[in-house]
Amino acid sequence: MEMLKENWTGKINEVTIGATKEEGGTRSSKVTVGGENTLPYLFKEGAMPNSPVIAMEILDTEPTDWPETLKKPFADVLKDPVKWAVKCQDACNASIICVKLQGTHPDFGNKSASEAGKLVENILKAVKVPLIILGSGDDDKDNVVLAKVSQVAKDERCLLGDVTEKNYKTLTASCLADGHNIISESPIDVNIAKQANILINEMGFPLDRIVMNPTIGALGYGIEYAYSVMERARNAALIGDKMLSMPFICFVGQEAWRAKEAKSTSAEHPEWGEEYSRGVSWEIETAVSVLMAGADILVMRHPKAVEETRKYIDKLMQKK
Amino acid sequence: MALSGLEIYKLLPKTNCKKCGFPTCLAFAMQLAAKKVALDKCPYVSEEAKKALDSASQPPIRLVTVGSGEEKIEIGNETVMYRHEDKFYHPTAIGFLVEDDSKEADLKKALGEIKKLDFERVGQRIKVNLIALSNKSKDKTKFINALNIILKESELPLILASDNISTLEEALKLSKDRKPIIYKATNANFKEIAGLSKSYKTTVAVSAPTMEELETLVKNIVNEGVQDIVLDTGGKNISDKIWDFTQMRRLALKKAFRPFGYPVVAFVKDESPFQEAAIASSYVAKYASIVVLNNSSPSNILPILTLRQNLYTDPQKPLQVEPKVYEVGNVNDRSPILITTNFSLTYYTVESEVESSKIPSYIVSCDAEGMSVLTAWAAEKFTPESIAKTLDKFSLKDKVKHKNIIIPGYVSVLSGKLEEESGWKVTVGPREASGIPVFLRNLGK
Repeated sequence: MEMLKENWTGKINEVTIGATKEEGGTRSSKVTVGGENTLPYLFKEGAMPNSPVIAMEILDTEPTDWPETLKKPFADVLKDPVKWAVKCQDACNASIICVKLQGTHPDFGNKSASEAGKLVENILKAVKVPLIILGSGDDDKDNVVLAKVSQVAKDERCLLGDVTEKNYKTLTASCLADGHNIISESPIDVNIAKQANILINEMGFPLDRIVMNPTIGALGYGIEYAYSVMERARNAALIGDKMLSMPFICFVGQEAWRAKEAKSTSAEHPEWGEEYSRGVSWEIETAVSVLMAGADILVMRHPKAVEETRKYIDKLMQKK
Repeated sequence: MALSGLEIYKLLPKTNCKKCGFPTCLAFAMQLAAKKVALDKCPYVSEEAKKALDSASQPPIRLVTVGSGEEKIEIGNETVMYRHEDKFYHPTAIGFLVEDDSKEADLKKALGEIKKLDFERVGQRIKVNLIALSNKSKDKTKFINALNIILKESELPLILASDNISTLEEALKLSKDRKPIIYKATNANFKEIAGLSKSYKTTVAVSAPTMEELETLVKNIVNEGVQDIVLDTGGKNISDKIWDFTQMRRLALKKAFRPFGYPVVAFVKDESPFQEAAIASSYVAKYASIVVLNNSSPSNILPILTLRQNLYTDPQKPLQVEPKVYEVGNVNDRSPILITTNFSLTYYTVESEVESSKIPSYIVSCDAEGMSVLTAWAAEKFTPESIAKTLDKFSLKDKVKHKNIIIPGYVSVLSGKLEEESGWKVTVGPREASGIPVFLRNLGK
């Protein structure tokens, strides 16, 4: 019997987030993702030079709809994004911090671009790890806010996003000028994912600075669609499609903690088990699902879920 | 793996004797390939051809049935590496390991907890499937006593795990009607295990640490006459297990490699219930047909069962919710009414946003054959007429005192016609469900 190994010709791009002093930034560490040339964890067939990483997500505005389980570990910092970022770095050993500028959304506080810029400046001063910075999802506002943020964080090689096939020009130009990476987002659709990457690339943006957000649902809420779209995109990349050869970023925390199974209290659903471990479990298992489909960056929320997922990734990466 | 007409022709006598009723051997071969005639129509067919055709008519991964009655499970018979190529057919059976040195009270408690792992989700029942009894004590009486308790307390299919042939035989005498899996056949005992399997007509777990050894062992045990097999490559780290499972599936499907054409089983053990569940989920995703765990707390098992349900959903036939009026929160006759389709993902996304808005609302799920809003609109399954009919059918006018309905932003073009057809005033909602909470909060302002 001979093992049946695939002769993949493609390889996922390596993307580095964060720039150290020598590189013109001020980060004390940087993180490289991607680079795999086989399907997830088939080390006997190919290489996965970089372990998947977990970024911890913070918001620029106090979250109103988080369940107790999720609020509790951050109770002392939820009102102060800078302290929150520091806590993620120091207490939870986050190797990347993901700042979501939710409060700039016209419906959720409508903070100004200069407020957002000031916050990012302060976070950059307070933490030493690389940053992912996200807009609020409002296209027009994001174009103003993220352009400002990009300038403030110039040369720090952050990962900024998201851009879509319909709104990519402004942010792509900013990231190009200021030396950042970019997240291209598509709505669970391989063709649109590819199209977005092509459009960004046509503006002269290098492919190895793009990370793809395939848009996931939580476990139990459509994760199988994302799972299959990721498998299809990864297969296409491995047989040589350069326009799909980007690492995946998956917003595990924001999705998992919206699920009823993660949010309900023990009193509401006693049959589902105790709420703390259920919520944490829902986030871990959402992460596991996308890791099996090839996720490279997981953006997560709960410290316990982050800790357990990190342990699990260490086990996954063991070769003997 | 099915043979082509030409491949079959090569195995026939090629004499064109017409005894089969066809003018030529080639014509007969073509009919065989199309499964329209049986091989025994040919009086001169060789034993070799019979064998080849027989094995070619079997599925690449054998379907194995474990257990009996309502709780019986079918595993194997998978046809693809990726669910998007077709679908995954037979969901991974989730089982729990219990040990025969437990006290009777503890064992009963454990069985009671396992019994509770039975949930309803998106209109489907999802539950655990197996109990594996381990002869940890090495004592025959203890094993039999524990088995008797299990047989009394649970209807679930069983895995009987012991190194001792006479213990296994005693256990099989008691439980043969349950069609348990015998765990496990190794190089040292496969003849005796094969004997038990034949006498009691049960499935055998065949176990070897490497795939080379496993191949030899499977061939040996098949030669002994065993047909129903599950494969095990023992305890390894996660990536090695995923490699083994992937190889076995690839070789079975792509090379019609018979020794690996069986369902595979994995035992997972980790001190941390979170880790154990994470590892188990990895194997559910990566081709295991049975996963046996130790920890049975619902908060860790519900996610595994949910992932299994998700991945084993037919990608071509999306899950649907029942078309009806759903009440979210404490609705009253002033509560808003949101219209959407009966595609379960669409419906549950809307539902979770409405829930998070904390504004009690009605959600009307229209029968759109399980399509999402835009797809259903394009396919004319979500039209002013069909929506108006749905509103009538469910007597919305008796539920509320207002005359307002909210439709998804993507189908704003329906507004005018829908108002005409239904007599309800249409408000266009947000395009994405994520905009619902803000939309609902601003509604009354």
